[in-house]
Amino acid sequence: MHISLFITCFNDTLFPQAGRATVQLLERLGHTVEFRREQTCCGQMHFNTGYQREAIPLVQRFVDVFRDAEVIVAPSASCVGMVRDLYPMAAQLAGDPALIREVESLRPRVFELTEFLVKQLQVEDVGAYFPHRVTYHPTCHSLRVLRVGDAPLRLLRAVRGLDLVTLPDAEQCCGFGGTFAIKNADTSMAMLGDKLRAVRETRAEVCVAADNSCLMHIGGALHRQRAGVRTMHIAEILATTEGDA
Amino acid sequence: MSTTRERILQRIQTALHDGAPTGRLVAEQPTTEPVLRDYRQRDEAPRADIIDRFIERVTEYKAIVRRVEEDQLAAAIAEALAARGVERLVISADLPEAWLPASITLLRDAGDLSYETLGSSHGVLTGCALGIAQTGTLVLDHGALQGRRAISLVPDYHLCIVHAAQIVGLLPEAMPQLEAAVRAGRPITFISGPSATSDIELNRVEGVHGPRTLEVLVVI
Amino acid sequence: MSDHKKKPTPTSVLIELEPKFEQNAPAALANTQLRRNMGKATQTIRAKRANVVSELSDWEELREAGRAIKAFTLEHLDEQLIQLEAAVQKAGGHVHWAQDAAEANRIITGLVQAHEAREVIKIKSLTTDEIKLNAALADAGITAVETDLAELIIQLAGEHSSHILVPAIHKNRAEIREIFMRTLGVRELSDQPKELAAVARTHLRRKFLSTKVAISGANFAVAETGTVCIVESEGNGRMCLTLPQVLISVMGIEKLIPTFRDFEVFLQLLPRSSTGERMNPYTSLWTGVTPGDGPQEFHLVLLDNGRTDVLADQIGRQTLNCIRCSACLNICPVYERTGGHAYGSVYPGPIGAILTPQLVGVEHAGSLPYASSLCGACYEVCPVKINIPEVLIHLRGEVVRQKQDEGGIRAALDPENVAFKTLAKVFSSRTAYERAQSLGKVGQWPLQHEGYIKSLPGLLGGWTATRDMPTIPEQTFREWWEERTKA
Repeated sequence: MHISLFITCFNDTLFPQAGRATVQLLERLGHTVEFRREQTCCGQMHFNTGYQREAIPLVQRFVDVFRDAEVIVAPSASCVGMVRDLYPMAAQLAGDPALIREVESLRPRVFELTEFLVKQLQVEDVGAYFPHRVTYHPTCHSLRVLRVGDAPLRLLRAVRGLDLVTLPDAEQCCGFGGTFAIKNADTSMAMLGDKLRAVRETRAEVCVAADNSCLMHIGGALHRQRAGVRTMHIAEILATTEGDA
Repeated sequence: MSTTRERILQRIQTALHDGAPTGRLVAEQPTTEPVLRDYRQRDEAPRADIIDRFIERVTEYKAIVRRVEEDQLAAAIAEALAARGVERLVISADLPEAWLPASITLLRDAGDLSYETLGSSHGVLTGCALGIAQTGTLVLDHGALQGRRAISLVPDYHLCIVHAAQIVGLLPEAMPQLEAAVRAGRPITFISGPSATSDIELNRVEGVHGPRTLEVLVVI
Repeated sequence: MSDHKKKPTPTSVLIELEPKFEQNAPAALANTQLRRNMGKATQTIRAKRANVVSELSDWEELREAGRAIKAFTLEHLDEQLIQLEAAVQKAGGHVHWAQDAAEANRIITGLVQAHEAREVIKIKSLTTDEIKLNAALADAGITAVETDLAELIIQLAGEHSSHILVPAIHKNRAEIREIFMRTLGVRELSDQPKELAAVARTHLRRKFLSTKVAISGANFAVAETGTVCIVESEGNGRMCLTLPQVLISVMGIEKLIPTFRDFEVFLQLLPRSSTGERMNPYTSLWTGVTPGDGPQEFHLVLLDNGRTDVLADQIGRQTLNCIRCSACLNICPVYERTGGHAYGSVYPGPIGAILTPQLVGVEHAGSLPYASSLCGACYEVCPVKINIPEVLIHLRGEVVRQKQDEGGIRAALDPENVAFKTLAKVFSSRTAYERAQSLGKVGQWPLQHEGYIKSLPGLLGGWTATRDMPTIPEQTFREWWEERTKA
């Protein structure tokens, strides 16, 4: 399949390793990956913070960049959630019938990586090897907006050498919430505190998720606390093979 | 000058039919989608299972529930009242005397008993309109054998008789049976266990303002 | 693009003028007793709800029916209200219409005074909290006695409600015991919930048997038959609805359901979503006045108080589906930690965060739509499928548009506004974006230490107060891609 990578500005700039892993993984599975360099940001941060007029040109830009792509895959549930769940609202707000139509045509072609692998490509064993104790945090956007279900867990269970431990109260939000983490930093921290306790209880080496934004929040605090747990994007684990270890 | 009523109705019409709503395109006029009632309408389980479920669920609310044969009803009532030590019992005007032991004082209400009399009684005996198995609920439509609402509320002990034939499986089976009473202007009371509260740490504890003891005789 | 609702003053819905959630939250978060009480109570109720909901194989079908019935009601609200009015009048009741809190309070006070009552008994009602009825009655020399246990607790404690269903959720049994001993003169009392409930029974018994006028809200009213419904647990509701001579019920105009049959949906959705029971102990339905049974005078007050403004907003309108079950509060990770008072409104939690700003105008409650991490748990549990995250995002847009359009130069120079506008420009051009990535790498060097930043200036300082921030790596993804393509 010819896959167009939607890297997301966040991964592009701060977590390029998740993007590299996504490319390596999809290519290893026999697909062609392209990267359209004109892409920047989907507009989620603007839209969710209320700067919605400012987000509309970014929505238009996304549509322009990916209009003719066969399938668009991103290693980020929240950015895919923006496109699938909120672009229609943004297009309505823009009052532009052409944009409304284009968004409708584009939405069904945009996928988060793990749901794409399991639901579209029907692959669970991607041939990865990762001999570590890992716990999985289902991010809110993957769980409740995209409804990826257990796709990430199926993929992780098939990874050789991986010791998967259940995260207590896994479905509880970590408290990131985009600008919520800054505007309501105290409440965000109170939520994060409970998530960190749950992560540490698992005695995992690695906390994995499908969103680097939540992981930056969880990982930033684990690092500050010298907790001895690191965070990784799920693509990085799935891309790792015996040869890398 | 228009009345408040006219102003509110006008505002509703404007809200629904005129102008561009905030931050949105002028979309198509509201359309009324049909209400899909795809939820369960009937419990197809065998009758015996439905009755068992009713008994089990009423019991879970910490009500006392007993199964009695039709010809044992008077004896069961006498036994229940004796166990509770009831001497002064409130009943509705139409409750058959044959159900009751001769030894107790009957406070027969024709809508005339004072609240003090009701409050100083030892309990009340009523029938009901129906029972709902799914939720363990007794429904009073304040028709036959039930009397007005106050008599089954003020006394601290409520003994309620429900016949097996009155028990339905699900709430959607119950509602059509209650509509006639509503259209006749009668009130309806759903009772699911004794009076209770969840206001302290969100745990249900029994016994606040309504009858603190609910006892149910299911006549098979 | 934006057409803002101008209100002369914030309505009665607010407990504090212009609540600032982010300023209220830290004190609540630091209250360890509150945190413990809230955590315990919400976890208990969440588990109970999940249990009774999972028992129904048709829960999703019931939710969909509930949503559709409410949507139908709202789309025909004018006709439905006229039908309700006629049905109530036909059954011997009186119907009053109130545009706002002041008008509702005037009507109710007038009715109480006409009966020369100095005291009224009340069933817990959010709508009467919303219009601050008790204060209005007090001004007229009338005492309102709250009869719901939790409502009584906070009335005795002189506090505000912190939960729409269990106003005293923030109090534990030991605190309740202390309040009863202090205010009711009870000498000996344990902290057993059963004993605490018995205190309320004794305290209120005489009032139930002797008070002439009762005031209630309404959970539902049926347009077709004029039947009004109260769903409750303790029996205080039945007492108020049955024993007094006069009953006054106040309801928001959105509380309608079209037909009697619709109860079969809502009486399944509400108890399981609110107290996590298959059915609450008592549900009362009445239609006007019944000769020989209950109050012989019945008044229904229909309240707008901002609801028609909510109706006018096509995204916000779904907020009026709400049946006040409180499942969204109980599941909300923000509410669980801050409690209800931080919202500064009669309506706290996720539903409050969307309802309050719509009722009073975003300019008066602009912090509330931001009091959420948009985790979506509220939408999942909502029995009438209100897409709370969607409405929150929509209202955030309203907040910003209102500031930008009406805030003048100060709003334009607000650092957040400047930052977002600048970022939007950066993202609108590839070259600007790539240049910013390069500048970021350079700009971060004085802040970084071994791949992390421990302290950021300005708006972002909230992040590094408790979390390290990874630095921008040497090579962005797109640089790697270019290098790889060239190779």
